[in-house]
Amino acid sequence: MNRALLQLVVARVREILRQPEAVFWTFLFPVLMSVALGVAFRGERPDPASVVVVEGPGASLLEAALRADNGVKVRRAGREAAEAGLRTGKAAILVVPGDPLTYRFDPTRPESHLARLRVDAALQRAAGRVDPVPVREEPVTEPGSRYIDFLVPGLLGMNLMGGGLWGIGWTIVEMRIRKLLKLQLATPMRRGDFLLSHALVRVLFVPLEVVPLLLLSRLLFDVRVAGSYGALALVSLLGAVSFAGLGTLIASRARSTGAISGLINLCSLPMFVLSGVFFSTSRFPEALQPWIRVLPLTALNDALRGLMVDGAVLSALGAPLLILAAWGAASFLVALRVFRWT
Amino acid sequence: MRSSVSVTGLVKRYDKVTAVGGLALEVFEGECFGLLGPNGAGKTTTIEIIVGLLAPTSGEVRVLGERWGENDPLLRSRIGVALQETRFADRLTVREVVTLFRSFYPKGRDPGEVILEVGLEEKAEAWTVRLSGGQRRRLALACALVGDPELLVLDEPTTGLDPQARLRMGETIRSYRDRGRTVLVSTHYMDEAQRLCDRVAVIDRGKRIAMGTPSSLIESLGGDLVVEFVLSGGEVSEEDLREVDGVRGVRRENGAFHVTAGEGHVTVPALLDRLRDRGATPGRMMIRHATLEDVYVNLTGRHLRDE
Repeated sequence: MNRALLQLVVARVREILRQPEAVFWTFLFPVLMSVALGVAFRGERPDPASVVVVEGPGASLLEAALRADNGVKVRRAGREAAEAGLRTGKAAILVVPGDPLTYRFDPTRPESHLARLRVDAALQRAAGRVDPVPVREEPVTEPGSRYIDFLVPGLLGMNLMGGGLWGIGWTIVEMRIRKLLKLQLATPMRRGDFLLSHALVRVLFVPLEVVPLLLLSRLLFDVRVAGSYGALALVSLLGAVSFAGLGTLIASRARSTGAISGLINLCSLPMFVLSGVFFSTSRFPEALQPWIRVLPLTALNDALRGLMVDGAVLSALGAPLLILAAWGAASFLVALRVFRWT
Repeated sequence: MRSSVSVTGLVKRYDKVTAVGGLALEVFEGECFGLLGPNGAGKTTTIEIIVGLLAPTSGEVRVLGERWGENDPLLRSRIGVALQETRFADRLTVREVVTLFRSFYPKGRDPGEVILEVGLEEKAEAWTVRLSGGQRRRLALACALVGDPELLVLDEPTTGLDPQARLRMGETIRSYRDRGRTVLVSTHYMDEAQRLCDRVAVIDRGKRIAMGTPSSLIESLGGDLVVEFVLSGGEVSEEDLREVDGVRGVRRENGAFHVTAGEGHVTVPALLDRLRDRGATPGRMMIRHATLEDVYVNLTGRHLRDE
């Protein structure tokens, strides 16, 4: 590394560490947010479906039959109160006694749909139905298969993206606005060194973004890394470098903090939704899939999940790693060409 | 004499505004050359073009014998620049900033030595955000000096400084020039240009209106004394005064007469005689040396700080 590059990196690191608020917002805040999300979606047993048996002849028999199933929560109520419960979401389904029995529920609500299946099965079995195929249920809550195990790699990817876009995009634009850039441009400083120094600083701070999150999710939720830590480190670094490129690219023309925060949101918000941070990308239509797959955050999340959840080896992650590297290289090259230096 | 900076037919146009309209100037090796003019005259634009931060609309610029766009990093390593903007990364110390700038140059001076030279040694470990405006300008100067450049280009290095700080800045610039190096400095302080510069170019509205040594420009007024007075009674016309022996020029401004004269001992008595003849009584009267300000006013009819 040449001396100018080293000094640029050292100066930038000093600046970051001397701003406690920046350290908080850049490194601690995402971790805290991730922990909060982890707590919210820690994936414990779902609440039993809330079933209301409407008062009427035979209501108590129905209630007794349903009580036998501990997957539902049963209560009895008058017609009016029951309807109100259904409207406000306090009841998933109403069972109205009579011949035939009536189920009142909203089929577009997943929990109502589930409740309908459970209630029906319980009532039919209580009335003497015998299932022709014997089944055994095997609930799986092993580490690795829970929602939190899906979520943590996504949050990791999201943090690496945020760090690259905000950490670099915002910093460069601020330097441009404050004319700090201009002052350095009058010197023989190499422009490539300047851009490279920001990417290197990102690489240096990756451990601060990755390790606390991994540590906390291990301690709080027992989230484990199935693959190797070395591979995880490599993928995280590649992700950081790739988003450093993207951050540099979006900062290459912007001349105000409004413009850069708009650009950052324009890049990151679609990826929050599309790239499988909180839920699987498979929820989107087939036609969108090729587009979703080439997004850098999708690639990073896929690679991180492959490592942490499935214990994949690096060689099995060729496609996402290639996509990440391509994004990084292409953005740096374009940024170098279109960068507004003065 | 070898030319350090040579500019011919320099034009810089923004959409509708012409910032520089056909400027020519030549800075020789080893001299301190001043770009003098009011704010908005095009000094900063000219300087930014000369140091290769801005591309001219047309015109020829040669710096240390080179053109921009050929081997810029090499050329930049031979020039030290302090721009008007003197904000640095807030939370770096003076020493860290100078060290950073030193690292950009292939060869240069010890940062500590340069900090000492600009008089910032007491603030060497202070964050730049805690510096005063004057200290920040000295830091900018240190950053320009640390690459040990052949040519030092300073844009308004003393604007907003108190007189003592201006004097100190002037000393540093002069001592650099005294080592045989070249300085190009812009300022709107006439007295400073006069004190600091070997030659000056007076710039007005993007054009050069005069160039030469400060003393030759003052001599061009026809005399180096200015008699200033107001009338406490009576009236006299400018023409009346122009006829007086030894008077080279008359200007009336806000009721005060400014009479340029060659030889005070001849002109002042004759001037008083003429006033008495016309029945006019002078109020306060003072005699001072002509300055570059008088040159500027004489050429443009405006004062430097009018705008």
